[in-house]
Amino acid sequence: MRVPLSWLREYVDLPATETGRDVQAKLVSAGLEVETVEHLGADLKGPLVVGQVLTIEELEGFKKPIRFCTVDVGTANGTGEPQEIVCGARNFAVGDKVVVVLPGAVLPGGFAIAARKTYGKTSHGMICSGDELGMGDDGSHGIVVLPPETEVGKDAIELLELVDEVLDIAVTANRGDCLSIRGVARETAIAYGLALRDPALIDVPAPNAFGYPVKVSEPMGCDRFTARTVTGLSPEARSPIWLKRRLQKVGMRPISLAVDVTNYVMTEIGQPLHAYDRNLVQGTIGVRRAAEGEQIVTLDGVTRTLHAEDLVITDDRGPIGLAGVMGGANTEIADHDDAQSPTTDVVIEAAHFDAVSIARTARRHKLSSEASRRFERGVDPQAAAAAAQRTVDLLVLLAGGTADAGVTEIIAPSAPHSISVPADHPDKVAGVEYGRETVVRRLQEIGCDVYGQDELIVTVPSWRPDLAEVNDLAEEVIRLEGYENLPSTLPKPPSGRGLTHRQRLHRRVGRALAGAGYVEAPNYPFVSEQVFDQLGLDAEDPARRVVKLTNPLNDEEPALRTSLLPGLLGALRRNDGRGSHDLALFETGLVFLPREEQGVAAHLPADRRPTDEELASLDAVLPEQPRHVAVVLAGAREQAGWWGKGRPADWADAVEAGRTVAREAGAELAVRNGRYGPWHPGRCAEFVVAVDGAERVVGHAGELHPRVLKALGLPARTCAMELDLDVLEQVGDDTPQAPRISTFPVATQDVALVVDRPVPHADVEAALREGAGELLEDIRLFDVYENAEQLGEGKKSLAYALRFRAEDRTLTVDEASAARDAAVALAGERTGAALRG
Amino acid sequence: MSAPNKSYDPVEVEALKPEEIERMRDEALAAFAAADSLDALQEAKVAHTGGTSPLALANREIGALPPHAKAAAGKLVGQARGAVNKGFAARQEELEAERDARVLVEEAVDVTLPHDRIPAGARHPLTTLSERIEDVFVAMGYEVAEGPQVEAEWFNFDALNIGPDHPARGEADTFFVQGPQGGTESGVVLRTHTSPVQIRSLLSRELPVYVICPGRVYRTDELDATHTPVFHQVELLAVDEGLTMADLKGTMDHMVQSLFGEGMKTRLRPNFFPFTEPSAEMDMVCYVCRGESVGNPDRPCRTCSSEGWIELGGCGMVNPKVLAACGVDPEKYSGFAFGFGIERMLMFRHNVEDMRDMVEGDVRFTRPFGMEI
Repeated sequence: MRVPLSWLREYVDLPATETGRDVQAKLVSAGLEVETVEHLGADLKGPLVVGQVLTIEELEGFKKPIRFCTVDVGTANGTGEPQEIVCGARNFAVGDKVVVVLPGAVLPGGFAIAARKTYGKTSHGMICSGDELGMGDDGSHGIVVLPPETEVGKDAIELLELVDEVLDIAVTANRGDCLSIRGVARETAIAYGLALRDPALIDVPAPNAFGYPVKVSEPMGCDRFTARTVTGLSPEARSPIWLKRRLQKVGMRPISLAVDVTNYVMTEIGQPLHAYDRNLVQGTIGVRRAAEGEQIVTLDGVTRTLHAEDLVITDDRGPIGLAGVMGGANTEIADHDDAQSPTTDVVIEAAHFDAVSIARTARRHKLSSEASRRFERGVDPQAAAAAAQRTVDLLVLLAGGTADAGVTEIIAPSAPHSISVPADHPDKVAGVEYGRETVVRRLQEIGCDVYGQDELIVTVPSWRPDLAEVNDLAEEVIRLEGYENLPSTLPKPPSGRGLTHRQRLHRRVGRALAGAGYVEAPNYPFVSEQVFDQLGLDAEDPARRVVKLTNPLNDEEPALRTSLLPGLLGALRRNDGRGSHDLALFETGLVFLPREEQGVAAHLPADRRPTDEELASLDAVLPEQPRHVAVVLAGAREQAGWWGKGRPADWADAVEAGRTVAREAGAELAVRNGRYGPWHPGRCAEFVVAVDGAERVVGHAGELHPRVLKALGLPARTCAMELDLDVLEQVGDDTPQAPRISTFPVATQDVALVVDRPVPHADVEAALREGAGELLEDIRLFDVYENAEQLGEGKKSLAYALRFRAEDRTLTVDEASAARDAAVALAGERTGAALRG
Repeated sequence: MSAPNKSYDPVEVEALKPEEIERMRDEALAAFAAADSLDALQEAKVAHTGGTSPLALANREIGALPPHAKAAAGKLVGQARGAVNKGFAARQEELEAERDARVLVEEAVDVTLPHDRIPAGARHPLTTLSERIEDVFVAMGYEVAEGPQVEAEWFNFDALNIGPDHPARGEADTFFVQGPQGGTESGVVLRTHTSPVQIRSLLSRELPVYVICPGRVYRTDELDATHTPVFHQVELLAVDEGLTMADLKGTMDHMVQSLFGEGMKTRLRPNFFPFTEPSAEMDMVCYVCRGESVGNPDRPCRTCSSEGWIELGGCGMVNPKVLAACGVDPEKYSGFAFGFGIERMLMFRHNVEDMRDMVEGDVRFTRPFGMEI
């Protein structure tokens, strides 16, 4: 809502010295969000005067038509001689009154005017357009042509009210009253402790039986309808300068007198109005719900098919307006010059419509108008008659019309809204002792009627439908007493239990991966469905089942991720493209897995706690949203440097990242050779944990499949790991048990075992461990060796260092050897391993 | 060492003549002096003090002397051995000093060489800033609450007093989730704020409730320098008996002091949110200029654009309707809530100029933030 300070001053006697900034500060503190104060004409300097065009000479031979004019500016130029001016605009004629800026003046934007040679002539100033004057286009799309009665030589800065300040207020959804100068003026008056001259406090004639016939069939949707008629409007009448200027300052474009007047009164009082061409309305005006499928062409030229809940204004033919939203084309007033039959008689509608009904209609038809915006947020029903009267008055005054004596007013009876509130309720909400007297005074200031002692009966004013509950009243008192005056106290919460296991794990995993050189890169969860093809997932892969958005930002990416890899690989590619080639990235975040049975979440009431069953029904339609962790690697894992060669990132780094995460979770993670879409089939590890005794695959790691790298444009040998962090948390052990530390000497034994190439090390080691028994303290693989000549075709050698130790004695060589032999024997039995000869 | 000799040779042994002992001592000292390296010195030590050295042999012979001669001989040999040991130690020290002066200098390295074999990793500042804020409240006794990001509309809107026809519902720039068979009606959205976690907390926790709800939220804004469709909020909810707006203000003051230092404070400005009543916009004093740039063109402040205050987020007293929707008696309990965007705080706290830097995952942006902020 844009509010010119000059207009505001009409209703509040602000001290002359108050600037827009001052008013802004007061209103902000009272709760109106004044976002900016625009200083119109701040750098404007005259002479800027009214002139009359005397002669026009068309100059030939230039790329565009140019006019050389002489203009009478009276004595404003000091000589009284006609002013010679070159002008490129063409929307004016000899005899027109125009705005002339003379040499020495400065136009908005620091545009200094001087006599200058152009197009072979000397131009002593300029004939101005609205844009050049900083007032916006007035509808003429060129030079401002003033009404013929304007006096030549008059100062145009004053005439056009070019210097002003405009407050731009972001009005919150509850304060429909402040979508009017009247409402903002009321807040200003309260903030300054001054009286308000209410523009809606005007005499209105009593309703009578001979006004334009109106029938409201839907009083629930329309509890008030005022109709007034003005006849004999002059088709030549134009909006006066002051009216146009005010509309421009609030951001509206002047259109025609009747439309401008209704817009003006709506801005002033907040009551949306509509003017029908009386000669186009056939019979009684009605208000009813639309018939399903009924059609109307609205003023914007769009044919709209109506819904049975839409409220419409009708005449004998059918709908002539979408109530409270937009009028119909078939009764549009025509008072522009080229109209075949200009409107001379109008019916003014000032009605009050149900906020919810208007909101739904506006949303349904995606049609938000100045009127609907106000009705949705609450319009003062009591101001309808005054607004209609104000419109009638202006039309009579400015268009030479005659007010018809008939006054139609249909009102559905309603009681004013009263709230019972303890007098100390605001004190309890604020934590401040205001006292009853202050509370009552503040409520009265905003227009409430207040009765009672300890328990107040508060009747709220008609323009504040947002005041519905006791806390609404508390807020009014507290804001007027000043939020800035609230004290600062600290409540004493009960002792908390700190972070949950899951939350601590989330942090720990992040620290561990960052400690291992990974950089966190959180990504948007939006993915395309094609990405699953690029990742090489089977047609039946459950990860292809996605949650989809109806209104994605990007139509290419309508789905939510089921894996972190698409986003993380995108970040890798982006970094690589920007010249960072040695990359190790990680992400932890939710993935979204639709339920088998998809449903629709019920619309539950919000005026009570839903039952547990109702709440469970909501959760049942939400997708599962487990937290995953993933890493991706490319380029060098270890840099080359003065110390020697670097080492490229490989599958083993990715697998180790999985182990790192599992270690943080205290989870036992089995690593197996696996096979899964995105990964290289020979370099893919599958992570397995035991959940309640059953094996469950919780993720994969390794080098990505060359086809995936190609499809996604990734660097060669890119590696990745992804794990379900929530399952790890579930199976993890948060309380590791302390081992017994023996101080007896260690006995070490190395063994080299030859096995078939496909036998996994993990199996061999497991067998060695089990076979070695309790004396084994530690086992470590220290070499893998393949050599067909020495070992035979298809064989490999695995070399292990075994450390034995007893808790209670020094082991003899024989004891250690026996344990080693037992280990080798079991490995041989399980995996075919043979001691390397 | 051989065992002490209880018998003795009645013949006097000539070997223990004083001049003989002195010769042994001098020979040892000369050998030490002649040693030009620690290794040579070690050899000389073995030759002149080892088990088969002349002095050791002489020492052994003392046992064979008659009792009356033992004392004098012992003294003689002992003094000689003492002198030899001392001579060795002195020479060793000399040679070590020489080595230190020469060899260790030769072994010197350039310690300014880098050793970034595996460059340091880092956590994303949005993560660590959120944790930092969580920790402030956890220290006060609050608990961290989480909830789903794909959320039922009832939690995201209705329970927060944003009914189906509330103007704010249309203004929320919501992502809607497709219904069954691709239909438009699902009653499910991407949460537009973390407030549904407050609802879930009130429904599932015992009163009083003091929780902090951090997390990702979604709105249909295109990514640009100041907007991102996916961003992070931290919200706080306290519901207890007798909580007031003064408590809300005190809690916020405590937070900004914890995050930005002593003397920080907040300011409330009236505003409107459906889920709080009364509602307020929350500003904090600019932590850089502390308000001193206001009306002071000589000392402009980039952080607050010389406004003196930085807008943080929205807050207010929990609307009694919200409490009722969660089965909490508004006659008995009251509460306050506030929430703000982590991205915004990261921008002004760490001088981030472009929102896109926070979402693109460029390692050059994230690395400087390290493990914690």
